[in-house]
Amino acid sequence: MIEPALSIKSLSKTYRNGVVALNDVDLEVKTGDFFALLGPNGAGKSTLIGVITSLVNKSAGKVQVMGYDIDTHFSQAKNKIGVVPQEYNFNKFEPIIEILTNQGGYFGMSRQAARASAEECLHKLNLWKKRKDTPQELSGGMNRRLLIARALVHDPELLILDEPTAGVDIEIRRSIWQLMRKINEDKKTIILTTHYLEEAESLCRNIGIIDSGKIIVNTSMRLLLEKLKEESFILYLQGPVTQPLELEDFSYRMLDDRTLEVVLSHGKTLHRLFDLLNRQAVTVSSIRNKANRLEELFLALTGQSSDTP
Amino acid sequence: MSPLHQLIALRTLVEKEVRRFTRIWAQTILPAAVTVALYFLILGKFIGSRIGDVDGYAYIDFIAPGLIMMGIITNSYANTVSSFYSSKFQRHIEEMLVSPMPNYIIVLGFVLGGVVRGLVVGVVVTLTAMFFTQLQVHSLAVVIVTALLTAALFSAAGLINGIYAKSFDDTSIVPTFVLAPLTYLGGIFFSIDMLPEFWQMVSKANPILYMVNGFRLGVLGVSDISLVTAFTVMSGLLIGLFLLALYLLRKGVGVRS
Repeated sequence: MIEPALSIKSLSKTYRNGVVALNDVDLEVKTGDFFALLGPNGAGKSTLIGVITSLVNKSAGKVQVMGYDIDTHFSQAKNKIGVVPQEYNFNKFEPIIEILTNQGGYFGMSRQAARASAEECLHKLNLWKKRKDTPQELSGGMNRRLLIARALVHDPELLILDEPTAGVDIEIRRSIWQLMRKINEDKKTIILTTHYLEEAESLCRNIGIIDSGKIIVNTSMRLLLEKLKEESFILYLQGPVTQPLELEDFSYRMLDDRTLEVVLSHGKTLHRLFDLLNRQAVTVSSIRNKANRLEELFLALTGQSSDTP
Repeated sequence: MSPLHQLIALRTLVEKEVRRFTRIWAQTILPAAVTVALYFLILGKFIGSRIGDVDGYAYIDFIAPGLIMMGIITNSYANTVSSFYSSKFQRHIEEMLVSPMPNYIIVLGFVLGGVVRGLVVGVVVTLTAMFFTQLQVHSLAVVIVTALLTAALFSAAGLINGIYAKSFDDTSIVPTFVLAPLTYLGGIFFSIDMLPEFWQMVSKANPILYMVNGFRLGVLGVSDISLVTAFTVMSGLLIGLFLLALYLLRKGVGVRS
């Protein structure tokens, strides 16, 4: 039987000031999975990652990485993990090639092997030309990529990324997505926390949602999205509509004379909607989701309203 | 982590520490040479000639071992406290904490980094001293062991300060208000025989007295303290401080929430 990449049982963390960050958390992530860990700010995501990577002392519970307990076999467990933290934590005065080589050394790689791996990671993350620069000379996007490069130096089996695309432009975000997909295709397990829910929907197969220190959802992305009761679409029309439309029991409103918002409840199809529009000689030039599907579910599950200012 | 891998990790950390202080040598090595040159010039040459001999040696020769020791003490301490605190401040200590390196390798790596800086400064100060006086070593073994034990002890002490420090101010409080007075009252500039009986007793509670005198014995062959006592005190303190640093790191004081 293949050991899960991550197995968490009855994990709790109460900080010294009394804040309960994790409350009896159980979670399992399969080997090879691309897993999204979502939750509102302060839900406990970073604490959970902190406990797994031993940056936070747990109050109770058990954590196993690839079958190794982080308390009794901490060395083997840590060897399997690569972590991309949310904030930059580099020595600002050290050349980036040195940062990566040292990281390999801390994991017991010989200087030669660590240097070779560091060079490979810098090429992979498109940072090779900057290898002699220090982190303070890099842009925000480059520093984000450097965080990923450093996490990959020792070739971990489980990669944990805490908001890896926060604050980077679309182009870099897409390139990081591509890289994460590639890493996952290479049989590495990925745990991703992100605030960009379309990122989680696009990349991840399974999802856990944490709220107030508890896992409230742990399922596959497909099953979760199927729970969505209704979806709103924005339709851009080829010509203006001047008369009220006859759309049976589809609820809709005109945003302007060429833009239509339609709510598609469970059981209704886009095919039927287009059929009705077609009969009234209304041509749709393009269509998009009003909001990300996962976002709608997330807000419903965590009890937040999208109308909240 | 196998012993070989631990050794690689330790070497990585020590080399990184050495690269750090050599990169900023003008801040870490040069000031000690300048300070000691001034001590030799003012206390040794100008004032020392009026003081006369101490324990059968010219004053400038008498203070030379203590001044070398002062360089070792302040620099080994300063190295670990500043390096560890800045790694906490910039959070790159996390690079080590997420790795499989055992805590004792992290402690040992920082301590050895401090030892190397202490010894490098010790050599630089010795070379500076040789412009002012002729140093003849009585026992090289005693000199080396005393210098090593002292550098390790104060590196460990600096590390503990770095672990507890919550601001840059905290990294200078102990050196200013504890280390400097102990160093100046630790027998660098005087023999405790010159003090009244009460102050001799007080001086014996100062650990730096044992280091300075151990080193002076190695260089000049004279000391206020027996070598066995000096080595026992230094070894005991070193073991105690190392274990305390290890305990604090294991508990996550200052580095884990």
